[in-house]
Amino acid sequence: MSLPATRGSGRTGWSPGFLVKLALIALVDALGVYAVLAAWSAESWGLLAAMVALLLVANWAYFSKRALPLKYILPGLAFLLVYQVYVVAYTGYVAFTNYGDGHNSTKEQAIEALLVQNERRVENSPSSPLTVVAQGDTLGFAIVSPEGVVEAGTADEPLAVVDGATVEADRVTALPGYEVLEYAAVLERQQEVTDLRVAVSEDPNDGSIRTQDARTGYVFTSTLTYDAASDTMTDTTTGATYTPNDDGQFEAADGSTLPVGWRVLVGLDNFVTAFGDDRYAGPFGKILLWTFAFAVISVASTFLLGLFLAIAFNDARLRGRRIYRTLVILPYAIPGFLAALLWSGLLNRSYGFVNQVLFGGAEIPWLTDPLLAKLAVLGVNLWLGFPYMFLICTGALQSLPGDVLEAAKIDGAGRWRTWRSITLPLLLVATAPLLISSFAFNFNNFTLIYMLTGGGPRFDDASVPLGHTDILISMVYSVSGLDGTAAKDYGLASALSIVIFLVVATISAVAFRRTRSLEEIA
Amino acid sequence: MSTTIPPARPAAPPRRTALPRRVTPARWFSDLGWRHLVGVLAVVYAGFPLVYVVSASLADAGTLTGSNELFASVSGANYVALGDTKFWTWMGNTLVVAVATGVGTVLMGAAAAYAFSRFRFSGRRVGLTALLVIQMFPQMLAFVAIFLLCISLGNVVPVLGLDSKLSLICVYLGGALGVNTFLMYGFFNTVPREIDEAAKIDGASHAQIYWTIVLRLTAPILAVVGLLSFIATFGEFIIARVLLQSEENWTIAVGLYGWVSSLQEANWGLFTAGAVLSALPVLALFLFLQKYIVGGLTAGSVKG
Repeated sequence: MSLPATRGSGRTGWSPGFLVKLALIALVDALGVYAVLAAWSAESWGLLAAMVALLLVANWAYFSKRALPLKYILPGLAFLLVYQVYVVAYTGYVAFTNYGDGHNSTKEQAIEALLVQNERRVENSPSSPLTVVAQGDTLGFAIVSPEGVVEAGTADEPLAVVDGATVEADRVTALPGYEVLEYAAVLERQQEVTDLRVAVSEDPNDGSIRTQDARTGYVFTSTLTYDAASDTMTDTTTGATYTPNDDGQFEAADGSTLPVGWRVLVGLDNFVTAFGDDRYAGPFGKILLWTFAFAVISVASTFLLGLFLAIAFNDARLRGRRIYRTLVILPYAIPGFLAALLWSGLLNRSYGFVNQVLFGGAEIPWLTDPLLAKLAVLGVNLWLGFPYMFLICTGALQSLPGDVLEAAKIDGAGRWRTWRSITLPLLLVATAPLLISSFAFNFNNFTLIYMLTGGGPRFDDASVPLGHTDILISMVYSVSGLDGTAAKDYGLASALSIVIFLVVATISAVAFRRTRSLEEIA
Repeated sequence: MSTTIPPARPAAPPRRTALPRRVTPARWFSDLGWRHLVGVLAVVYAGFPLVYVVSASLADAGTLTGSNELFASVSGANYVALGDTKFWTWMGNTLVVAVATGVGTVLMGAAAAYAFSRFRFSGRRVGLTALLVIQMFPQMLAFVAIFLLCISLGNVVPVLGLDSKLSLICVYLGGALGVNTFLMYGFFNTVPREIDEAAKIDGASHAQIYWTIVLRLTAPILAVVGLLSFIATFGEFIIARVLLQSEENWTIAVGLYGWVSSLQEANWGLFTAGAVLSALPVLALFLFLQKYIVGGLTAGSVKG
């Protein structure tokens, strides 16, 4: 301990270890600088700052002599911060916004999208000779203005004057920085050409150039105009004026809104929707109850069956004990998703093994009747979960202190009494933390529910895609709209995630405290 | 005291002599027989879906109905048919992702556990507590935010965006430290510090101590963590489903789900064959290392 701190840690010379370190850091730095440059060109400033900070910390940690612990923690910490801490914090933020379909982007992007979507060809608008050009794979247009000036641009770059173009009879034949496409090449990419819009200038109000025949370009301008000074949208065809409202949309005086909105903070609206909105509150209450019931019953049933089997096999005189044990834990070694999918086939109403063979062709709606589906989910989870409980109960039973059991025997305790007062309490102390983890796991057992019933059967009265066996996490998935069955609502989904987090964290915290006191008693 | 013992004595000997003399069937049943009965029932319950899936994968009908008669026909048609699908691509993807995640998890978790176990630095207690708190928020709950994060990362660095295996591995690695550090930390603490100090006196650097001494001595727990991580990644569905969009990049969980959810009846043969093949590596690993895994499960949670 009193030795001078690690003197010969490889930094004094060019040892192989040092060279490896140098090479690794050089690699990290190279990738990091690439990412920084990419972030710069994508104008993604938050990411740029994060990358620079990460790079600085990494270089400092691995070349400073004072950052010894950080050398070991940093790799994991970096991933942890980005993909766990940040995403959790971001979930918290999104929960308070209206992020989702119709509110996908920032206000600037929403305004631009609105203007672009409402572009129409202006009656009698000027047309100009147009040539299709390309920059690598990117298509662009070159137009010749009445004054003979050549302007060119692509989908991302608005029109700009290009000097040094060769023009023959209103057609551009050569253009510096661009490649002029042959007629055949244009035909090949016809769809792309007719879809392409090249903005006239940086201001979306100026409209864009489009073409139908790859020869003539027309100016398209939006029927909406945006006035930055008053922050209003005006529809030039109807004359209606739209002003931004609190929900992140442009709203006219009569209450009608424009389709594209932007993200805004909406406070507790998402939570209010979950608990109060007619569409969600009913299903949410049922799903919350079922989630608790599912998790509690799953833990209890798997634990009881596992414990029973552990007791049954916990006799040294039992022949074939090892074979029984190995065969019984097999379900635990099967990945959960496979088991759930397999059971969904076994329980199939018309063709499944259970109905066809075990019930002689009865069409029992295991997965489509609300009550039976719940029982089926619990039954399948029992099959999946009891081997784990069997394992930990066996372990706990075998590590029971023999002297205590013997003392009980000497004191004259009978079988039942020993079991009640000695075995079970000790067993619970040893397994309680695992039971809590198991509860937390089942509370979020998305795979089982989604693969077995998909949350179904659907609630009759609900307009949202939720069903009788949905648990909170599968409700989050449906509400988020990432499976494509419903409109995306990231805000509400995140709010529900936060609710789950609060429930699981509270229960874990309380339960762990309880078990600590249990442990002290024992 | 002494007066209460004698009455008990005469009662004991007859009972003791009765046992070895003749075991009646009733006696045998209440002692051992019921255990065998329970054992057989449990094995049937645990095993029949597995027997069924093997039988269904060998049935040549390839449909759900055609699979109900166990081992009515035995052919490898379903396995051959897998070759015409993307199954092996998915298997490759899954193995790449799961192995990379397993190795990365072990390396990063062990390094962090080493630092927490061996160094005393400011922020150590806070760090350990923070890990404990973070552990409570399962990563998959934040899948919406992960999806959004990957969209914005993908705008800058495409390989970290959606539909990329590397991006998926990175996401899984983000969950590595929170889940496993405690398990390893506890185990690292059981390796005596005296060994490190002896090595230090002999002139070993902290890196040499870590790579050549500590990692060797903690190999069992590293194996357990790597395996648990491999198995968990192998079966992970929700994040993989959200991130991976093109069929070439799917993992087995996403791909097999697709088969069963669309046209369960028709794809059943393919699914069961795929299920058998994809369960095999996990099953083999599990049975082979059963002892370590079980030890790791109980050790980590009870101490953690």
